[in-house]
Amino acid sequence: MKYQSQKIALAYFSVALALFAVQVTMGLVLGWIYVSPNFLSGLIPFNIGRMLHTNSLIVWLLLGFFGAAYYLIPEESEREIHSTKLAWLQLAIFVLGTAGVVVTYLFNLFDGNWLLGNEGREFIEQPRWVKAGIVVAALIFLYNISMTVLAGKKTAITNILLLGLWVLALLFLFAFVNPDNLALDKMYWWYIVHLWVEGTWELVMASILAFLMLKLTGVDREVVEKWLYVIAALALFSGILGTGHHYYWIGTPGYWQWIGSIFSSLEIVPFFAMMSFAFVMVWKGRRDHPNKAALLWSLGCATLAFFGAGVWGFLHTLHGINYYSHGTQITAAHGHLAFYGAYVCLNLAIISYAMPHLRGRDPYNQVLNMASFWLMSSGVVFMTVVLTFAGALQTHLQRVNGEAYMDVQDQLWIFYAMRFGAGAAVVLGAILFIYATAFPRREIVTPGPLESDRLEHDPDHVAAE
Amino acid sequence: MTIPPDSPQSLRASSLAPGEEKPKTHDEPPSGQLPGELLMWVLILSEITVFGAGLLAFLSVRLTDPTGFAEAQSHLHRTGAAANTLVLVTSGWLAALATRAAEAGQRRRLRLLLAVAIGFGAVFLILKGTEYADLWAQGIGTETHAFYTFSYLLTGFHAAHVLAGMVLLALVGWLGTPKAVETGAAFWHMVDLVWVLLFPVVYLL
Repeated sequence: MKYQSQKIALAYFSVALALFAVQVTMGLVLGWIYVSPNFLSGLIPFNIGRMLHTNSLIVWLLLGFFGAAYYLIPEESEREIHSTKLAWLQLAIFVLGTAGVVVTYLFNLFDGNWLLGNEGREFIEQPRWVKAGIVVAALIFLYNISMTVLAGKKTAITNILLLGLWVLALLFLFAFVNPDNLALDKMYWWYIVHLWVEGTWELVMASILAFLMLKLTGVDREVVEKWLYVIAALALFSGILGTGHHYYWIGTPGYWQWIGSIFSSLEIVPFFAMMSFAFVMVWKGRRDHPNKAALLWSLGCATLAFFGAGVWGFLHTLHGINYYSHGTQITAAHGHLAFYGAYVCLNLAIISYAMPHLRGRDPYNQVLNMASFWLMSSGVVFMTVVLTFAGALQTHLQRVNGEAYMDVQDQLWIFYAMRFGAGAAVVLGAILFIYATAFPRREIVTPGPLESDRLEHDPDHVAAE
Repeated sequence: MTIPPDSPQSLRASSLAPGEEKPKTHDEPPSGQLPGELLMWVLILSEITVFGAGLLAFLSVRLTDPTGFAEAQSHLHRTGAAANTLVLVTSGWLAALATRAAEAGQRRRLRLLLAVAIGFGAVFLILKGTEYADLWAQGIGTETHAFYTFSYLLTGFHAAHVLAGMVLLALVGWLGTPKAVETGAAFWHMVDLVWVLLFPVVYLL
C-alpha cells in the first residue's frame, strides 16, 4: 500500500462483506421457501425476503465498487484521496440508509408516507429520504474521487472508472421519476437497473479488471489501455439500446422488439472481449504474482460473466423466445450467474487483491480463499444449470401447454430442492471467503519458480507488489 | 500498434493481401496498421453488424407476407431514394478527396470539400424528410404494417447516422489533421455503404 488514504477501502470492503453474508443468507431462506412455501410466511413474507436479497446484493456491490475506487485511484493518480473525512461521511450515510430501508420494510413503518414510507417499486423501493441520502452520498463520492483524479495523473483506468461511476450516479436520479402511466414507469425504471448492470457497471468492471491485470500480470499499460477502450466502446454500443429487451411487453411500440433483440444480442461481445482480455493478459504476462487468489477470482469473473451475462442472457433475449420464457426460472438462472460472475467475482477479486496490502499481511496463504472460489462458483453454476432445466420445463408446461402456475410449481419441486443444495454450498463458500479474508493465517508464501528465477537473473524485473 | 499522428504513411487503406509486399506509395500505411482511429473501426464493424442483422430480420419477416410487403413498399419514394443514393455516393467521393487534401496539407481545400460533402448530407436528409412527411400525411406509422416497422427503423437509424456523420465531418474539418479527416471519412463511407445496402433491400426488392 503506497498511500495512507487507500486504507478507507478496508472499511468499505468490510461493510460490503457483511452485507454479502446477509444477502446469501436471505437467498438460502428464499431457496427453502421455494421447497417449503409456508416457511416463515408469517414473519418474513416472500416479497420482503426477496427485497432484502436483491437490495443487499446491489448495495454491497456498490460499496465494493466505492472501496475499489478508493483503493485504486490513489495508485493510478499517484496521490492521496482528496478527503478521507468525506469518504467516512459517505460510508456513514450509506450504512444509515441501508439500515433505514431494512427497518422500514421489515416492519412496514410509515406505510404510504410520502417521505418515510417505502415506494414499493422493485429494487428502488427505498423511502424518499433514503433516496435523497443516496444522492448526497453519491455526490460526496464523485466530488472526492474527481478532485483526486483531477489533481493527479489521469490514466485510461481512472477515465473509464470515473465515466462509469458518474453516469451510474446520474442514472439513479430516475429513481425520482415515477409517472402514473405504468408503461412509462417501467420504461424509466429500466434506465436504472438495466443501464447500470449492462452499461455503467460494465465500465466499472472493465476498469477494475484492467487494474488487476496491470498489477497481476505486469503487461504494458499501453496494451491494457487499448483493450479497455475497445471493451468500454463495445459495452456502451450494445448495452444502451440493448435496454430494448426489457421493452417487449410493457406497452412500448413494437419496434422495440427488433431494437432490443438486435442490440442485446450484441451484449455478449463486450463480455467475450473481457474474457479474451483477461486470458490474453495472463498468457502474455511476464509476472508470476504471488497473489494467486486474486488472479483466480479475476479469471473466474471474466469467464463466468461471459457465460452468465453473455450466453445465458442471449438464451432468452430474442423476443420470439422471450415471448414464451419471460419471467420463468430461465430469468432466475441468468440473473444468478450473471450477477455472480460479473459483479460478485469482480468485487471478491479486488478484495482478494487489496486485503493483503490493506492489512499489512502480504503475501499470505490463500488456499482457503481459493477453495472458497471453487465452492461458491460450483454452487452458483450448479444452481444455474438446475434453474435452466426448471425454466425450460416451466416454459413448456405453463406457456405452451397452458397449465396453471401453481400446478407447474409443484412439478418443479425436485429442481428447487437441488437449488437449495447448491445455495447451501454458496453460503458455505461465502463464509469461507469471509473467514479467509478476515482471519488469514500468517504464513509467508514464497514466489513460484518462474518468479524467483526472474528475480535472480533479470535485473530489469520488478518484484510483484 | 502506434500510429504516428501526422504521418501520411499511416493513413491509407492497403489493398494488399496479408503477407504480400509492394513498394509503398505515399498512399499506403505500414503493413498491418489500420488507417485512422482504432475505435472508429470497432464502431464501423458494430454498425455494419447491427444494420446487417436488421436487414436479415427484415428479409425473414418478409417471407411470411410477401404481398403485404410489396403493397406497403409501393408507398415509398423510390425515385427520391435513388437520387439519395447518388447524393450520398457523391458526398463520399468528396470526403475521400478531402483525405487526400489533408495528407497534402491543403487545409482550405479539405475544408471546402468537407463543407460540400456536409451539404450533400443535408440534401439527403431533406429528400428523406419529404418522404417521411408524405408517409405521415397518409397516416402511415411504425405500427401500420411490419414493413413500415422495419423501413422506419432501418432508414431512421440510418438518417440519424447521416446527421451524426455531418457533425463529425464538421468536427474533423475543424481539426484538419490527416488522421482526424481519415477517421471522419471512414465513418462517412460506412454511412454510404449502409445506404447502398438498404436501398435495394428496402426500396427495390
